[in-house]
Amino acid sequence: MGSGTNIGRVRGLGSAQEGAHHWIVQRVTAIANMLLVLWLIFSLMRLPNYEHELMVEWLSSPLVAVPMMLMLVSIFWHLRLGLQVLIEDYIPDHGMKFALITLLNFFAVGGAALGIFSVAKIAFTGVAA
Amino acid sequence: MTEMSGKPSNRPISPHLSGGGGLLHYVWGPHMLVSILHRIAGDGMALVGMPLLVWWLYSISAGAESYEYFLSWFDFYYLGYVVLVGLTFAFFEHLFSGLRHFVMDAGAGYELKTNKMWSILVPFLAVIVTAAIWLSVAFQNL
Repeated sequence: MGSGTNIGRVRGLGSAQEGAHHWIVQRVTAIANMLLVLWLIFSLMRLPNYEHELMVEWLSSPLVAVPMMLMLVSIFWHLRLGLQVLIEDYIPDHGMKFALITLLNFFAVGGAALGIFSVAKIAFTGVAA
Repeated sequence: MTEMSGKPSNRPISPHLSGGGGLLHYVWGPHMLVSILHRIAGDGMALVGMPLLVWWLYSISAGAESYEYFLSWFDFYYLGYVVLVGLTFAFFEHLFSGLRHFVMDAGAGYELKTNKMWSILVPFLAVIVTAAIWLSVAFQNL
């Protein structure tokens, strides 16, 4: 915790220079995930069917497209933090750890981007059957 | 473990887990189960659930034919239902376990009996909610 001075202790950044940021973001995204995934589960359960036409119409609504996009950001962010800890816990080799965390970053950013773009495409252009 | 002299050392090794001969100095308890379940459920959702969710959204955006292909995998020997029931359980297990962690983050719930009770309740509640959701889906489709 800092250099032992009072201000160093207050900042409390530690050797990684990021303090409790990882820990706090993991918990903030956890709360968002709880709300958004519960929304998804109960929204899906209330749909009368899962035909393509209805899915397009449903996802075109701003009140569905926006929470869906927010959910993708929140979940991919949260899983990126969680899987990072998994890798750090089980992979002792530094090179392999670096490679896997890089792969994880690509997975998280790429997955979120593909999901958000798909929702945007459905919402903005509609999809012909 | 031996010292340089070759005599067996009775100094504790770190982490001090093994009593020798495959015996462990600890006994499995519900708090350990709920801890590793939290990780398995989270990683399962991350590595199976999220690719599936993105594939679902992508297939809808790519047109009816693409979505039909997605659904055809869903109906393949009830595979989709098995995966979705599993993901539902994983979500509620991870959620309830996460809420338990929120309480523990506040410094509460470490008393042995309290800790054991919530460790047992977390997977139990997850099974109940998963069953309730899928039974309601089944009844709607009857």
